[in-house]
Amino acid sequence: MAQQQQEVKLMKGNEVIAHAAIRFGCDAYFGYPITPQSEVMETLMELKPWETTGMVVLQAESEISSINMVYGAAATGKRVLTSSSSPGISLMAEGISYIAGAELPCLIVNCQRGGPGLGTIQPSQGDYFQACKGGGHGDYHLIVLAPNSVQEMHDFVKLGLDLAFKYRNPAMILADGAIGQMMEKVVLAPQQPRRTNEEIAAECKEWATYGKPADRKRNVVTSLELQSEAMEQINLRLNAKYRTMEENEVRYEAIECDDADYVLVAFGSSARICSATVEMARAEGLRVGLLRPITLYPFPTRPIAELAKRVKGFLSVELNAGQMVEDVRLAVNGAAPVEHYGRQGGMIYSPDEVLAALKQKLIKA
Amino acid sequence: MAEVEIKPENRVYGKSPLITDNVMHYCPGCSHGTVHKLVAEVIDEMGIAERTIGISPVGCAVFAYNYIDIDWIEAAHGRACAVATAVKRLHPENMVFTYQGDGDLSAIGTAETIHAAARGENIVAIYINNAIYGMTGGQMAPTTLIGMKTATTPYGRDPRLNGYPYKIAEMLTHLDGTAYITRQSVHTPANVRKCKRALRKAFETAMAGKGFSLVEVVSTCNSGWKMSPVAANRWLEENMLPFYPLGDIKCND
Ligand SMILES: Cc1ncc(C[n+]2csc(CCOP(=O)(O)OP(=O)(O)O)c2C)c(N)n1
Ligand code: SF4
Ligand SMILES: [Mg+2]
Repeated sequence: MAQQQQEVKLMKGNEVIAHAAIRFGCDAYFGYPITPQSEVMETLMELKPWETTGMVVLQAESEISSINMVYGAAATGKRVLTSSSSPGISLMAEGISYIAGAELPCLIVNCQRGGPGLGTIQPSQGDYFQACKGGGHGDYHLIVLAPNSVQEMHDFVKLGLDLAFKYRNPAMILADGAIGQMMEKVVLAPQQPRRTNEEIAAECKEWATYGKPADRKRNVVTSLELQSEAMEQINLRLNAKYRTMEENEVRYEAIECDDADYVLVAFGSSARICSATVEMARAEGLRVGLLRPITLYPFPTRPIAELAKRVKGFLSVELNAGQMVEDVRLAVNGAAPVEHYGRQGGMIYSPDEVLAALKQKLIKA
Repeated sequence: MAEVEIKPENRVYGKSPLITDNVMHYCPGCSHGTVHKLVAEVIDEMGIAERTIGISPVGCAVFAYNYIDIDWIEAAHGRACAVATAVKRLHPENMVFTYQGDGDLSAIGTAETIHAAARGENIVAIYINNAIYGMTGGQMAPTTLIGMKTATTPYGRDPRLNGYPYKIAEMLTHLDGTAYITRQSVHTPANVRKCKRALRKAFETAMAGKGFSLVEVVSTCNSGWKMSPVAANRWLEENMLPFYPLGDIKCND
């Protein structure tokens, strides 16, 4: 195989979302400015992909409009994404529910900031519940990916869209202001072509609404079903899809968990901090490990349950008042103590603060 | 019973081949059904059925997709113009139209409508103004006339309590992105024919890439108005048309 020249750049997490979207052959981006993620659309506008790949980039009049543009684009079988931050995602909630109900693929990036309300523009992980437990109305799930580096911001654009198409379900990258704003080295993927209309017609002909050719019945993208018996069947089919995701798509990273007495559970920027905590603890002779969920939905329930059989306790470390800890507790199911440590309002813990919390909440107890 | 065969030369009206055999759920006398038939005829006569994508609203026309044999997307309440924007931007060679009620297009969806128009999206919005929320049981719409009784204005719309009705068609004419704005009705055969011509013109405007078109159809909701179909048509003429005058309002040629 010919050695490919790797393209390595120093970039912000938000900027890389834009580069990755173009390079992975996305067809469209729709968005509305909000800190701390406005660089996504700014970068796209600067790169002008409509002149190269033909990708559509449009600044909408609100997040309500941008998510409904995503809905329209996805309905025609195109690869489409949007990005926003917490208050904007709240505005999108109805549209996201429609996308899940109509079983359309798309990618939504949430670069979280602290709330509630207008809150702060500083990083937070306060939207875990919103991302993983619904957010919008009705029984549905997003596929939720939690990047902990600029490289993963890049990689998850592809992973998110691939999973979204595999399951015909919206996917979300749940990042935060820290991951979005920090600069890191990233290996950029080579430019991939966008799918042609013919390829989309071949791949999505069962459901996509790109104009009805004579040789197929009309396609209708809708989430409406007024007959209860039929609606329940749709719900059951969706539930089965979620069970399949739970079976096949769980992703996580286990760091020094094999001999651990205590396990930190943390995602995204918190996981970065906690990996330093693990090193500090090990240097003190404490056997501490880190389990980092990469998919928040589906959640790594089984690996946590396995660890629960032999560890002395879990500390769920989150930039919030305690959200993911509920899923950790469900996974542990009483087999070991589970505690939460968090900061809010845009405040971030240091690795030694996490270690102090671990000692205070679990080791000393 | 023996089948009656009508010779083609004697036929004065036929169902458009794009109208499906599904039984329409609309109340007898409702304007929605008439406008559906016109839309189907225009699409068929322009020969663009394979390229046309319709966006249905939340409102009585939510099931429009059951009646016209083209690809359809059912949008969230009010968001049809945002959905249509994306579809048209990604499929510029296609005909993309929305079909929306007055609550959908000019209350909850006002922002999406105005901004799609302001951007000059090459789409057509078909706007069924029946001065009421038909689907939810006859509540006040932004278009409800002063004095008109609805489920949420049981003593008649009082501007001090409920504000004034507004004409989004006239408002849109001020936007540079709009190309063709017209107000029609389907309460007489002559008006049906005019409405069809307007729809055709709007579709041609979109396909020519001239900008945004709005075809308002002043319509009856005899169930919501609690009138017989005939009385509703008369009421429309006497009360709706003086406030919502018919004809082209803006036409960029
Ligand atoms: C977000 C949201 N709010 C409210 C509703 C309830 N709702 C359904 S249709 C409708 C009004 C429809 O009125 P209009 O657009 O005038 O259409 P018509 O039925 O008169 O043709 C409302 C309020 C909804 N489905 N979604
Ligand atoms: S309620 Fe009104 S708008 Fe709805 S179908 Fe009946 S007459 Fe038509
Ligand atoms: Mg109405």
